[in-house]
Amino acid sequence: MLSVQDTNTPVTFSPELISKFADVVSRYPVGKQKSALLPILHLVQAEFGWTSVPAMDKVAEYLSIQPIEVYEVASFYTMYFLKPQGKYMLEVCRTGPCEIVGASKIMDHIENTLGVKEGDVTPDGLFSWRGVECLAACGFGPVLQIGPEYTFYENLTTESVDKLIGDLKGKANN
Amino acid sequence: MARKLLLEHINVPGINTFDVYRSKGGYAAVEKALKTLSPDDVVEEVKKSGLRGRGGAGFPTGMKWSFLAKPEGVERYLVCNADESEPGTFKDRYLMTYIPHLLIEGMIVASYALGAKTSYIYVRGEMMPQIRILEKAIAEAKNKGFLGKNILGTGYDLELYVQPGGGAYICGEETALLESLEGKRGNPRIKPPFPAIAGLYGCPTVVNNVESIAAVVPIINEGGDEYAKLGIGRSTGTKLISAGGNLRKPGVYEIDLGLPVEEFLYSDEYCGGIANGKRLKAVVAGGSSVPILPANLFLKTINNEPRLMSYESLADGGFVSGTMMGSGGFIAYDEDQCIVRNTWNFARFYHHESCGQCSPCREGTGWMEKVLHRLEYGHGKMSDMDLLVDVAKKIEGNTICPLGDAAAWPVASAIRHFRDEFEWHVTHPNEATTRNFGIAHYADPLPKLEEAAS
Repeated sequence: MLSVQDTNTPVTFSPELISKFADVVSRYPVGKQKSALLPILHLVQAEFGWTSVPAMDKVAEYLSIQPIEVYEVASFYTMYFLKPQGKYMLEVCRTGPCEIVGASKIMDHIENTLGVKEGDVTPDGLFSWRGVECLAACGFGPVLQIGPEYTFYENLTTESVDKLIGDLKGKANN
Repeated sequence: MARKLLLEHINVPGINTFDVYRSKGGYAAVEKALKTLSPDDVVEEVKKSGLRGRGGAGFPTGMKWSFLAKPEGVERYLVCNADESEPGTFKDRYLMTYIPHLLIEGMIVASYALGAKTSYIYVRGEMMPQIRILEKAIAEAKNKGFLGKNILGTGYDLELYVQPGGGAYICGEETALLESLEGKRGNPRIKPPFPAIAGLYGCPTVVNNVESIAAVVPIINEGGDEYAKLGIGRSTGTKLISAGGNLRKPGVYEIDLGLPVEEFLYSDEYCGGIANGKRLKAVVAGGSSVPILPANLFLKTINNEPRLMSYESLADGGFVSGTMMGSGGFIAYDEDQCIVRNTWNFARFYHHESCGQCSPCREGTGWMEKVLHRLEYGHGKMSDMDLLVDVAKKIEGNTICPLGDAAAWPVASAIRHFRDEFEWHVTHPNEATTRNFGIAHYADPLPKLEEAAS
């Protein structure tokens, strides 16, 4: 079960981020700016890595809605992180069609390689992982995705997972 | 080889760009509709085509459009449902990735038919790459005068936007999708009123699946009557099938409805048979929520007739011996797969995805998951199968939206057809955790009718 974790770190939205918010809001009729909530939470998460309570409060203020309207949405949808995650969050599809082509083995391998349980962050802050429900790529399983771009990795093997983790480590150290 | 209507140009290099798509006859349906047809003419062509909603329910698209209320001075909306999340289904992702302009073109024609001036494509949030692809395609189309003000000088204005979801299967249900598009939790609404009367922002709204919208393009280009000539009976046209599981050639295939399932499964033009030389044990024909069938009942109906890939033939025998076309999410299970484990996996999925509004679904999906978990891990009881059927029955039909049915059907059908395997898990608790039950009699020829009746 998700828990809303607070943080005292103040959050500032840059002018660039605010202008992205404004672009989203312009897609809806006047007075229906609440429709921008899901896209804006994605933008916030891409910027800060998760959706903290202070960030959600600022989003509420920006959209002229109550903070609870933001919390209830962020906690309903699975993509918003209510606590900090690793820089790279490996999300592995665990549903039927991926499972019958070996998703469990891939998740076991990731757990052993990273040395952390599902939902935990590696000590260097680089990685976390979790099983997620069907990612609509059932013909190319097992699959995993990594936000905030949600790049897709298909037909996974333990070797391709090792290479991916190695590449990401290299990328982070440069 | 059957003719392709949607994927004909899928392998043309650069077909994801406006110029290449246009050079292959793209956007001709927009020109034809906006310049030579009235909105009602377009609705009429879609009605004549017999097109049935490709998202899963199979409701006739033209009829859905004709229900749209058109009060004076009130906005109307078209919303495309691209929240593809039904396990086994990945056709919409494929279409949006490789030929995004087909969807944009369909959206323009459909919006014109419905009188919508603003339309949204609601894409599941995990498909951020596809969202970027669609936004680029929309910008290209707008730049060429196919979107925005006064399209092609016809006086018709249309703005098209892409909306990301947040990762919730339930938002594929049309009223939950509208709630989500309004920035709320994806709790399905009580119907009536239907979206055609009060949908997005309380205005008349049509919600259609990606593939349904894309199919409008060939329907307008060739005429509804021509489209209706393809297929079989009330299953007209072509359908995208997402083929996954233990297949030699998994992928997205466009078929003429009415293709024999045996040909689809085993011919090299399509799935190419079961991977690694194994035998077929079971099939889920239309996405995880439709009843699972053992190989013998899938390939032939109870009357020993070859089964076809059509809405009617797949449903032949009702839920006793048939299944459903659903969204076309085709999952093949080979002889090494465990039906109990798969049923538990699906039950976990529905429990995870239940929005929690209705008690039978919120509680029942959790109970089914727990009971199936204990069966899979060797702690089950003989009474568990009847318990599961009982819980499934009490969910089915007792919820606001069809997620309850979708959760109940796979469990009920697995026990109906694979009860031996469930019982084996109870009688062989230790073996059940180390090996699978195997294919047993599930691929044997069907008993003759008289034997089955006795």
